[in-house]
Amino acid sequence: MAEKLLKKGNEAIALAAIRYGVDGYFGYPITPQSEVMETLMEEMPWETTGMVVLQAESETSSINMLYGGACCGKKVMTSSSSPGISLMCEGISYMAGSELPCLVVNVTRGGPGLGTIQPSQGDYFQAVKGGGHGDYKTIVLAPASVQEMYDFVGTGFDLAFKYRMPAMILSDGAIGQMMEKVELRPQVQRLTDKEIAKKYGDWATTGKSGRKANFISSLALEARDMEQINLRLQSKYRIIEETEVLFEKHLCDDAEYLLVAFGSSARICESTVEMARSKGIRMGLLRPITLFPFPTRIIQAMLPQLKGIMSVELSAGQMVEDIRLAVNGAVPVEFFGKMGGIVFSPEEVLNAFTAKFNL
Amino acid sequence: MKEELIIAGFGGQGVLSMGKILAYSGVIQDKEVTWMPSYGPEMRGGTANVTVIISDKRISSPILNMCDTAIVLNQQSMDKFESKVKPGGILLYDPNGISRHPERKDIKVYSIDAADLANDSGISKAFNMLVLGAFLQLKPILEMENIIKGLKKSLPERYHNLMPMNEKAIRLGMANVKEVK
Amino acid sequence: MDTHDIIKPENLVYGKSKVLTDTVMHYCPGCTHGVVHKIIAEVIEEMDIQDRTIGVCPVGCAVFAYKYIDIDWQQAAHGRAPALATATKRLYPDKYVFTYQGDGDLASIGTAEIIHACNRGENIVVIFINNAIYGMTGGQMAPTTLLGMKTATTPYGRKAELNGYPLKITELVAQLEGTCYVTRQSAQNPASVRKAKKAIRKAFENTTQRKGTSFIEIVAACNSNWKMAPVKANKWMEENMFPFYPLGDLKDR
Repeated sequence: MAEKLLKKGNEAIALAAIRYGVDGYFGYPITPQSEVMETLMEEMPWETTGMVVLQAESETSSINMLYGGACCGKKVMTSSSSPGISLMCEGISYMAGSELPCLVVNVTRGGPGLGTIQPSQGDYFQAVKGGGHGDYKTIVLAPASVQEMYDFVGTGFDLAFKYRMPAMILSDGAIGQMMEKVELRPQVQRLTDKEIAKKYGDWATTGKSGRKANFISSLALEARDMEQINLRLQSKYRIIEETEVLFEKHLCDDAEYLLVAFGSSARICESTVEMARSKGIRMGLLRPITLFPFPTRIIQAMLPQLKGIMSVELSAGQMVEDIRLAVNGAVPVEFFGKMGGIVFSPEEVLNAFTAKFNL
Repeated sequence: MKEELIIAGFGGQGVLSMGKILAYSGVIQDKEVTWMPSYGPEMRGGTANVTVIISDKRISSPILNMCDTAIVLNQQSMDKFESKVKPGGILLYDPNGISRHPERKDIKVYSIDAADLANDSGISKAFNMLVLGAFLQLKPILEMENIIKGLKKSLPERYHNLMPMNEKAIRLGMANVKEVK
Repeated sequence: MDTHDIIKPENLVYGKSKVLTDTVMHYCPGCTHGVVHKIIAEVIEEMDIQDRTIGVCPVGCAVFAYKYIDIDWQQAAHGRAPALATATKRLYPDKYVFTYQGDGDLASIGTAEIIHACNRGENIVVIFINNAIYGMTGGQMAPTTLLGMKTATTPYGRKAELNGYPLKITELVAQLEGTCYVTRQSAQNPASVRKAKKAIRKAFENTTQRKGTSFIEIVAACNSNWKMAPVKANKWMEENMFPFYPLGDLKDR
């Protein structure tokens, strides 16, 4: 059995990056995620796996370093927190438009503006609906434990390369700062330049050797051409919605009431469900793991057994809109949340639930 | 077994590292653990606190409303966390610098003169280990052997020469915890 | 000698570089971009590095540079080319990586990226085309627009109190420890084209020696937006641009 370490979520991200054979990390310090780059710099992976780690001059620059690295067919990633991600949205849109794979980690904090460094889930819309300009999506994974912070680095890259699009880990300050047990996975070898040229030579800028030149851009001045690019992107997103939904159900089999929560909120709600059950309320928890693609059909399939749903978020209510779209009025959908970095306790969630459903 | 613990005091008292040593010892004893710190501006000179949960089973919420044990090392933390101990739970504190002592009657209150004892024994740096010892005397949830391993895992290698001092401090804490009636 | 004799292979005195494609350039007649593209292609051909060169093109008139020079290209967001080139060179240390940027791209929106790439001493080549005006968007003021110069956004001429001063970014990057070669060239006549080509070749050679960043400014004409005939534009450039942006090496180590 592999050794189990006690690590912060942010440290787990860094260790996973090295172990998953990531080629490059480019980042800029911002609380509460600075431990990612700090851990990488301490580990010095350039001496072991050959991974490049660089502190950029800004988040704008970090994401454009990812753009360059992704053009090369390399596995590149960055991490930041809410205000930094806002700066990166331009670059993420370019990479979506140019169909480039990369991994962006958002360890969110409370906003808007400079906000607070305490945990928040107020970046759900930005992550799920596309924070930059144009019709695009990123695959969004929401870890609820330190082990998932570690494991989703690999999952994120696999999906990003499978569909050639940016993937995001949407975490928050609580998961980033929390320490839990983490089991390291076996070392994955980085691809050699030759392997990359062979595997991704049909699109990546690996040097025009024995083939026609490759050019990567998101520009198509002719509207007809741009329409075709958009149609291709949208058909890719539909396939992802069909095939890549990840979720976890907790005590849902006989549930009459459903809490829906992701990330740290889902952890808190697990305790709420246990408290509710001890009071005889048949409550379950659905935890979306992919926020895009959203588990719309999973919710729809549960509707016949449900009397009500409550979305629980560290925000003013964002994911609740996607739940309401899925439910389409079939059962009441309520919301409970806190903003600005305040985290609710399991009891507060239960009290809000019993008040909203008159139980 | 499930122990939900809050440790709170000034930044620099070793609150977070005490929690980390407990959590790491839990990992070594194959328990489920979470360590959730307060972070941010509070860390810089103000109060720091950490929530540690050690359990035989999967841990759901790492954030607590009420805890089994509160370890309190300054007045601000006393004001904030005395009320957060579950009825029947434990409040352990160092009376040094405390002006308002705990008032609740539905919990068990213990004290450890950690700051004074550490100073008198010339191991003031191991202050937090005395407190840890006191806690382990009251709640022997982890084996001493694993605590020592957890301590070693938590300390950077350059401090491994301080292991005997830390172990001595833990034992000193265990021997000197007193019930307050 | 009639036309048939002239086109006989043995009478060939000049040929287009094989690294240039056959695509007809979209640049206006009289524009400097085409000449600079040509000399970059010639350098790549002469050094035999077509299969190892990755270019990063800007937002601006040269956004279509990929159509003309037959190598792998990345098209950056406005101003960000040095960030793309940084990652590309670090991930492929054995390749030749260059950015091709205009004055708005490099010296306005991308100021942070160029300063920091140069300051880190990234082993890349930067080709900076300074024609003191925004071309693609239709002749607005650039950071390098001269005082008194009329543009779409300085219709009465650039005034320091209103618009600030023209930015000598090349002098700025020459101060940075990370740059090894900083030079200002032009390309309006055969002699200057030869010198510019020599500078570009030297810059490409520098990158393999891990000496730091090589930065080449080409003072250029934008006759369309300057609203002048090509010959007059070149003359205006010599008389007005060169005194403020003097040609020559600023740094060579």
